[in-house]
Amino acid sequence: MTQKINNADVYKIAAHHRFQWEEAQNCYVILFPEGMVKLNPSGGEILSLVNGENAVADIISSLNEKFKDAGDISNDIISMFEFALEKAWITKI
Amino acid sequence: MANLNNGVESNVTQTQPLWLLAEITYRCPLHCAFCYNPTDYADYTKNELSTDQWIKVLRDARKMGALQLGISGGEPLLRDDIEDIVVEANSLGYYSNLITSGVGLTEKRIDAFKAGGLDHIQLSMHDITEEISNFVTDTSTFKLKQKVAAMIKDRGYPMVLNVVIHRYNIGHIKEILEMAEALGADYVELANTQYYGWSLINRNQLMPTKEQIDEAEKITNEFREYIGNKMKIFFVVPDYYAERPKKCMNGWGEVFMIVTANGDVLPCHSARVLPDMNFPNVQNNNLNEIWYDSSSFNKYRGDEWMKEPCRSCSEKENDLGGCRCQAFLLSGDAEAADPICTKSPHRHLIDQALEDSKNEKLQAQPIIFRTDKNSKELINGEHKDRLKDFKAMP
Ligand code: SF4
Ligand code: SF4
Repeated sequence: MTQKINNADVYKIAAHHRFQWEEAQNCYVILFPEGMVKLNPSGGEILSLVNGENAVADIISSLNEKFKDAGDISNDIISMFEFALEKAWITKI
Repeated sequence: MANLNNGVESNVTQTQPLWLLAEITYRCPLHCAFCYNPTDYADYTKNELSTDQWIKVLRDARKMGALQLGISGGEPLLRDDIEDIVVEANSLGYYSNLITSGVGLTEKRIDAFKAGGLDHIQLSMHDITEEISNFVTDTSTFKLKQKVAAMIKDRGYPMVLNVVIHRYNIGHIKEILEMAEALGADYVELANTQYYGWSLINRNQLMPTKEQIDEAEKITNEFREYIGNKMKIFFVVPDYYAERPKKCMNGWGEVFMIVTANGDVLPCHSARVLPDMNFPNVQNNNLNEIWYDSSSFNKYRGDEWMKEPCRSCSEKENDLGGCRCQAFLLSGDAEAADPICTKSPHRHLIDQALEDSKNEKLQAQPIIFRTDKNSKELINGEHKDRLKDFKAMP
């Protein structure tokens, strides 16, 4: 059940979830009742910009800028949003 | 699982105590028939760690990478320092969870937990009927649990309900799920009884039939369809009816660390039943050394310790040979394959147990509830007939 992500949408980390940097594992994690997920560097990078203010378009342009050498990563970012939404880690404002 | 699964790091095995379970006291006002605490817990109710000792445990474990903290028991609320522990856990960056029967949760305490940064509360519920709920817990706590559920919701906590499933409530799965929905539950864990501790000595009284379990699972799946993402439902399948064992604790000494009331550190709840083990205690040893260097944590790590049929089994990565405690309690050999496995030479013990659970005479034996009195009696060698099938006191 993939939901469509629009450029103008603004997301935040879902209620009862916590997103934080973990020194001991050297990665971002997302924590929630009964579970936790360690994020890979790109997943963590994307979610770190999900703060209830940045629109999807802002996040895409800032990451495309930051990782110029990687080419256009817009689609990867969108698919991470879709995945996070399906997992209910993020909610639309 | 694939390596590049949408931002989720691959499942590399690197032993790290990500989950810290603080079994902060073995004292409990309830007497659940299926309690997973050791039947000889009465030997461990004294010498509880002090608040400062717990705080040191939290700090040391956090340095080692622990992230999820479960504050459990017994009934943790019997201690009056949970508020201090919660504050410390929050400042250290744990995602903290209070696992409670609800007894002792007052408005004042829940406000203090909220202010202190406790992340969620997991409440145990037993049935939709007062009669059965009170019966299996051997207390009149049904109404109180309903009140506590409302209080948890009211404070904006995620509502996490844990319901242990057994013969007495398995016929009410739909009603239990409807109750959870009405209470506004976000997560519901339908945990089929696992047979350790008190539930093992009450196995004939608690074990549902295969048909009941299949029906319960079907109802759960239908309810999931209906409710969608609004309420997450976990259905923990019972291993007795499976052909392969579960990967117990996700592997011995892999990600779980349990610190018990008196400071003993265990890789799983019931590890004390195992022979020739000397579990280190935080009062004498450093947590880091316990986890990485102690002989007890290293003993069943990985697959070096295995014997046949596990050693050469093509599926060993899936379950790591199953549960050491179950293997020992039932077969008398801690290195044997978990008897759940159909490749195990001891599988007949499980089949026999399933037969026994249909035997009306055995079913009719009284439940031995988890009480101090019963624990002491078991320690003193009473109720021998109820222990005869087990190689140690569960
Ligand atoms: S299972 Fe029941 S008796 Fe055992 S600790 Fe939990 S509430 Fe107490
Ligand atoms: S033989 Fe041992 S390793 Fe193989 S599936 Fe059975 S329990 Fe697991």
